[in-house]
Amino acid sequence: MTDLQTHLDQRSSDDRQATSLPNDLNARELARWSWRQLTSMRTALVLLLLLALAAIPGSVIPQEDIDSLAVSQWRDNHPRLAPIWDRLDLFSVYGSVWFSAIYILLMISLVGCIIPRLFVYARALRARPPRAPRHLTRLPDSTAYTTDEAPEDVLARAADALRSKRFRVETSTEADAVSAERGYLREAGNLLFHLAVIVVLVGVAVGSLFGYKGGVIMLNGEDYGFSNNLTQYDDFAPGSLFDPDVMEPFSFSITDFQVDWLTEGDRAGMAREFVAELAYETEPGGETQDYDLRVNHPLTIGGTDIFLIGHGYAPVITIRDGEGEVTKSGPVVFLPTNGQTFESFGVVKAPFAEPEQIGLEGTFYPTFAMGRDADGNLTMPASVWGDALDPLVSMSLWTGDLGVDDGSASSVYVLDKADATQVLKDDGQPFRMDLRPGDTVTLPDGLGTVTFEGVQRWNKIQISRSPGKLVALGGVVLALVGLLGSLFIRPRRMWVRARRQDDGTTRVEVARLDRSSGGDPEDGAAELAEIVASLQAPTGAQPTSSRSRKEQS
Amino acid sequence: MTDAQWEVFSYQGVIAAAVLYFLAMLAYFFELAGLRSVARDEDVQDQRTAMAGRLALVLSVFGVVVHLVALVARGLAADPNRVPWGNMYEFTISGTFVVALIFVLSTIKLDIEWLGPLVSTFVVAALMAAFLGLDDAVLPLPDALNSPWLVIHVVSAVISTGAFTIGALLSVLYLVKARSSATTGYLARVPEPKVLDRLSYRMHAFGFPVWTFAVLITGPIWAHQAWGAYWNWDPKEVWAFITWVVYAAYLHARATVGWRGRNAAILALVGAATLWFNFIGINFFSSSSQHSYAEGAGAERSVVLRVAAAPVEAPEEVRVVVGADHPRR
Repeated sequence: MTDLQTHLDQRSSDDRQATSLPNDLNARELARWSWRQLTSMRTALVLLLLLALAAIPGSVIPQEDIDSLAVSQWRDNHPRLAPIWDRLDLFSVYGSVWFSAIYILLMISLVGCIIPRLFVYARALRARPPRAPRHLTRLPDSTAYTTDEAPEDVLARAADALRSKRFRVETSTEADAVSAERGYLREAGNLLFHLAVIVVLVGVAVGSLFGYKGGVIMLNGEDYGFSNNLTQYDDFAPGSLFDPDVMEPFSFSITDFQVDWLTEGDRAGMAREFVAELAYETEPGGETQDYDLRVNHPLTIGGTDIFLIGHGYAPVITIRDGEGEVTKSGPVVFLPTNGQTFESFGVVKAPFAEPEQIGLEGTFYPTFAMGRDADGNLTMPASVWGDALDPLVSMSLWTGDLGVDDGSASSVYVLDKADATQVLKDDGQPFRMDLRPGDTVTLPDGLGTVTFEGVQRWNKIQISRSPGKLVALGGVVLALVGLLGSLFIRPRRMWVRARRQDDGTTRVEVARLDRSSGGDPEDGAAELAEIVASLQAPTGAQPTSSRSRKEQS
Repeated sequence: MTDAQWEVFSYQGVIAAAVLYFLAMLAYFFELAGLRSVARDEDVQDQRTAMAGRLALVLSVFGVVVHLVALVARGLAADPNRVPWGNMYEFTISGTFVVALIFVLSTIKLDIEWLGPLVSTFVVAALMAAFLGLDDAVLPLPDALNSPWLVIHVVSAVISTGAFTIGALLSVLYLVKARSSATTGYLARVPEPKVLDRLSYRMHAFGFPVWTFAVLITGPIWAHQAWGAYWNWDPKEVWAFITWVVYAAYLHARATVGWRGRNAAILALVGAATLWFNFIGINFFSSSSQHSYAEGAGAERSVVLRVAAAPVEAPEEVRVVVGADHPRR
């Protein structure tokens, strides 16, 4: 191998190569070989592509922790496939063993690659620029000229010129040549990028292990408060190492909620500019502060963020039982079944009513209207507007055992009909009540009365704590900085050799070697020309030969 | 002018820009026809052919200017005025603008005019697709989009999309040129495969950090503000991540023996495919994406203040209750 080839091949260790398996190996050699394979560039590439491939199913198949509703629907529609999908973890791709395996292998490969390179880089940082190759003019970017000046003068000026261009310059190893190198930060950027990827992963891991995300439906009004402890959440998803002691002791209530309903234009009916006015205390007994909670403007208390993510209606219902006692009174949260019109579904239970338990199930229409088909005949009732302009609640009636006495958990949004019976009218049709605010209906069979007092609003509030999010963000920013360095800094070497020839003139050879994989011949030729120009400046030297990649191609 | 007039003006601007790009395309094709039998090193003797090439570039420049005016008008057509990035039509006319702009700007510094036929064809096709398939009314932004991050996030995403697209066109040319032995005509005048590969790399090297910024910095920051979690594995996020990983693989491939050149170029094309699938496809195929702003995928989902289903004690049962119309979570 000539020294020229040595230089050309001496790229930074980008070229970690996979090698084929030798024939005779003992265990240690096999382990070594396997490690080399795993940390090879080719393996890293394959793992990257596998990671991309493995991420696809999660965007096609509904995911349990993203949209559990869609998952259950999918299960219902595909009863045969669902168990297979379950076994393959396809409903939680991003937490699955096989997805984790790919990125963990990728991380091991990355670490195995980066650590040796850190040492290589540390040595390279201290190393002096290497000696000039014997045949400088064979390098792709090179030029030569003769001059009458003494070689020492040329070399001294070359060293100055290169130093002023911020090259690291070596003059002492050879008497007749100057070596220079710059662009060391490219590899630093490269290493920084890869290390930062690990930092990001750590930040994300910390968040998912120690953080939590919870949601609560809050009725509007100062009577309804939330204080931050586990019992107050409707749904709560903690990380596996979550410690409830870290929960900040704040509390809040929603004093008012405003929505701007667009009444004209193409998107009439769309709601905008949601504002939930919060009154909150950061600790028990603390000063009460106000905050306008809006989309894109979460409230941050300590390390916890509070988001406004939804709203809906809660009809205020009063049930008097057969003995005239008020057995149930207050707002009941109805869940929207339509995101546009806010038609909502809900259940009212009065398990302590005498003589019989009373259960109501039905629909709330914020702006009630009867639907009409193409011929103008009345069809299904519907809500035509999301705002509560003409509210109506329509419910059917159930009695018997509502299943709330036995102490087992039951949803407040579902009526357990296993031991309950629906109350029918004399003609056999289900008994139905349609109430506008203020209306009272007397139930048949002396069960009591139901009054629709009015409409309350509720908000869905999401509360989350994701420690490590700033670590992750810092990691990505560092990765970006590293990336810029590794993509745009060009490591390169330059050599200037000056030798006295037999005729007394001095032959000066200048060469440049771009060591980045994304080299740019135009810039390279320009840099070479600048150095040559500054060498020739004081005297009128004659160029004798010049080579550049351009002419070669 | 009223909002409606601005809107009409903007449509007219987009049509005018598309016509200009189309004429540029025709001029490029005319030039190509004239060059059919001209060898690479020969100078163009035919005045009309040389003229057609210059005319094509001038038409492209005018197209870019008119395109910009149309974009600004689109923003002025909304009430209140806003950046023109509220739906797929607006994203697409912005993306094609950036592709055309990067090309026109590149001709100043780089010898890249030979890419004109491909760029103009692509831009004309994409504008037509935007007009026929993606058109949507000028609507006010839903709350979740109403954030300064819209500008930062979308600008960076659109810029990197433009750069990746031009990089992909160069990679296609690279693959075709590498197999071609033509001595005359268009392919002969396209630079050596080595040069194409390097130019393509430079486009990708520019696009990748910008994409990183858009997808992994501004995206999560905004998602955290608007949706309460910085990474949701939303289909759009998944595909942006896939695109990022594929382009990361591309950059690594260029430094790996056995992957340089052809395989790296193929990887770049795979990256572009994931990029454009994410840009357009996800909005139509995925009903669950919070990024679905296309009309086809259900405009109501862009009302991002989502309705809540709070599984209190029995989440299984609540699912049955809330029904199919229910957006995420």
